[in-house]
Amino acid sequence: MSKIHSAATLKRQHLFDQIFRNTTWLFAFLVFALLAAILGSLLIGSMPAIKAFGFGFLFNADWNPVTEKFGALVPIIGTLVTSIIALSIGIPVSFGIALFLTEMSPPWLRRPLGTAIELLAGIPSIIYGMWGLFVFAPLFAKYVQPWLQGTFGKLPVIGLLFEGAPMGIGILTAGIILAIMVIPFISAVMRDVFEIVPPMLKESAYGLGATTWEVVWNVVLPYTKIGVVGGIMLGLGRALGETMAVTFVIGNAHQLHASLFMPGNSIASALANEFTEAEGELYTSALIELGLILFFITFIVLASAKILLIQLKKREGNAT
Amino acid sequence: MIPIYTRRRIVNAFNLTAAMLAMAFGLFWLTWILFTLFQKGLGGVGIAIFTQMTPPPGSAGGLLNAIAGSVVMATLATLIGTPVGIMAGTYLAEFGQRGWLAPTTRFINDILLSAPSIVIGLFIYAVYVARVGHFSGWAGTLALSLIVIPVVVRTTEDMLRLIPDSLREAAAALGAPQWKVVTLVTWRASKAGMVTGVLLAVARISGETAPLLFTALNNQFWNADMNRPMANLPVVIFQFAMSPYADWQKLAWAGALLITLGVLGLNIVARVLFRKKTSFN
Repeated sequence: MSKIHSAATLKRQHLFDQIFRNTTWLFAFLVFALLAAILGSLLIGSMPAIKAFGFGFLFNADWNPVTEKFGALVPIIGTLVTSIIALSIGIPVSFGIALFLTEMSPPWLRRPLGTAIELLAGIPSIIYGMWGLFVFAPLFAKYVQPWLQGTFGKLPVIGLLFEGAPMGIGILTAGIILAIMVIPFISAVMRDVFEIVPPMLKESAYGLGATTWEVVWNVVLPYTKIGVVGGIMLGLGRALGETMAVTFVIGNAHQLHASLFMPGNSIASALANEFTEAEGELYTSALIELGLILFFITFIVLASAKILLIQLKKREGNAT
Repeated sequence: MIPIYTRRRIVNAFNLTAAMLAMAFGLFWLTWILFTLFQKGLGGVGIAIFTQMTPPPGSAGGLLNAIAGSVVMATLATLIGTPVGIMAGTYLAEFGQRGWLAPTTRFINDILLSAPSIVIGLFIYAVYVARVGHFSGWAGTLALSLIVIPVVVRTTEDMLRLIPDSLREAAAALGAPQWKVVTLVTWRASKAGMVTGVLLAVARISGETAPLLFTALNNQFWNADMNRPMANLPVVIFQFAMSPYADWQKLAWAGALLITLGVLGLNIVARVLFRKKTSFN
C-alpha cells in the first residue's frame, strides 16, 4: 500500500503521463504536418511546369506531350462538369431517400434500407468503372442517348449539349455514374440531420394540419439546412476527386466540346492514365500540377463546407 | 379552379411518390451492380483463382499473386496507420481541449478523410518513389496507410467522446494517473467502436486503386520482396478489364466479385459489431 503512495511512484506516474500526452500530441501533429507535406511536395514537383507555363496553364486547352505544350483547361472543365451533373442528379435523389427513410418508411424497414444505400458507398470505385464501361454504357448508348437526342436535340442552345454520335462513354455517362456514387454520402448526412429535428416541431406542424411534404419542406429542411449544405459539399468533394470510375467511362480525350456526349477528361483520370507513362520532366511536372490543382479545389470545397457548418452552428446556438 | 386543400394533398402525394421512387432508384443501382458482378464474375471464380499466378494473355491462370500482394499491403498499411490514428484521435478527444493543435488537426483530418486518393498516390510518388527510383510494395503500403489514418482518427475521437466523463472522473478519483485512465478505462470502454473504425478503414483500402497506380504499380509474377513492384488486386483488375483479351476480362470480373464481396462483408461486420456495442449502452 505504502508503495503506491510513495513520492517516487507519484513522480514516475507523472512522468509517464507527460510522455503519453506528448506522444499523442506528436501523432496529432503528424496528421497536421501531413497536409503541409502533401501541399509542399506537390508544389515542388510542379515547379518546372509552373515556371514554364505560369498562370496560363489554367486557361490553356492544349495538351501535347510531343511539343511539350500543356494546359489544364480541358481536365478542369471535365472535372467541374461531371461533378455538376453528379450533384444535379444526386441532390434530389438523396433528398428523396432521406425523406423516405425518416418520414415514410415503416420502422422495421428503415435499417435494412438505410444499410443498403450505405453499401453503395462501400462498393470500390473500380467496380463502378467496370460496370459503367461494360454494362451501363452500351445500354445508355442504345436506349437513353438516342431518346435524349430526339427529345432535346432539336431545341436551340440546349440541343448543343446532346450533339454527336451516341457512343455510351463521355462526360454525361461519367456524371451519371458519379451521381450514383455520391448518393450514399449525401443521403446519409441528410438522413442524420433530419433525425435530429425535435419531434415537437414536427408534431406542432402536423397538429396544424400540415401534410408530410409541408412538414419536410417548411419545418425539417429550414431547421437542417446547415447539415444539408454540408452533406452536399461532402458529396461534391467526393465527386471532384473520384478517379477510377471516371477513368473507365469518360473517354480520356483532351478536347473541348459543348456536347455532353463527347469524350472528355477529368484531372483525376488524366493522372491515372498518363502519369506512369509520362516521359520527360515537364510532362510529369504538368501532371503533378494537375494534382495540385485538384487538391486545391477539393480542399477549398471541403474546407468551406466545414467553415460554413461551424459558423451556422454558432449562429443557431445564439438564436436559441 | 382546384380548391387549395385538394391542391395541397396532390402536391403531397406527388412528392411522397417521388421520394419513394428516389429510394427505388438507389436500390436499383445496387441490385444491378451486384447482379452484374455475380453474372460475369461467378463463372471465373474457381480454385485456380487462389492457386495460380496472373497469366499472360491467352492462357489459363489465377490471381494468387495479386490477392497475396493486396493482403500483404493492406495488412501492413493497417498496422502502420492504426496506431498513428488511435494516438492522434486520443489526443483530439482527451488532451486537446486547450491549444491550437486539436481544432486545426480535426479540421485537416476531416479534409484528408475526403481528399482524392489519387493525390495521396502522387504525394508518395513524389516523396518516396521518385527518390528511390523504383515502384515498390512499400510505397503502396505507405500510400494506403495514409488513407487509413484519417478514418481511424475520426472514429477513435468519435468513440472516445461517447464515453461519459463520469467514468474518467471515477478512475481519476481512485488515483489512477492519466495514461492509465486513457489506456485502461476509456480505450477499453470504446474498444468495439475503435475496432469498427479499423474495419472500415480496411474495407476502404481494400478496394482503393488510384493510390496504388503510381506506387506499387503491378507485377505479373510472384513477388515477396517489398522493395519491388507488387501485384495487387485492384490494379490487376484495372489492367485486365481494359485489355482486349477475353480471358483477362473474365479474370477481372472474378477479381471484381471477390473484392466487392470482401469489402461489403467487412462493412456489414463493422456495422453489426458497432450495433452490438451501442445496444449495450
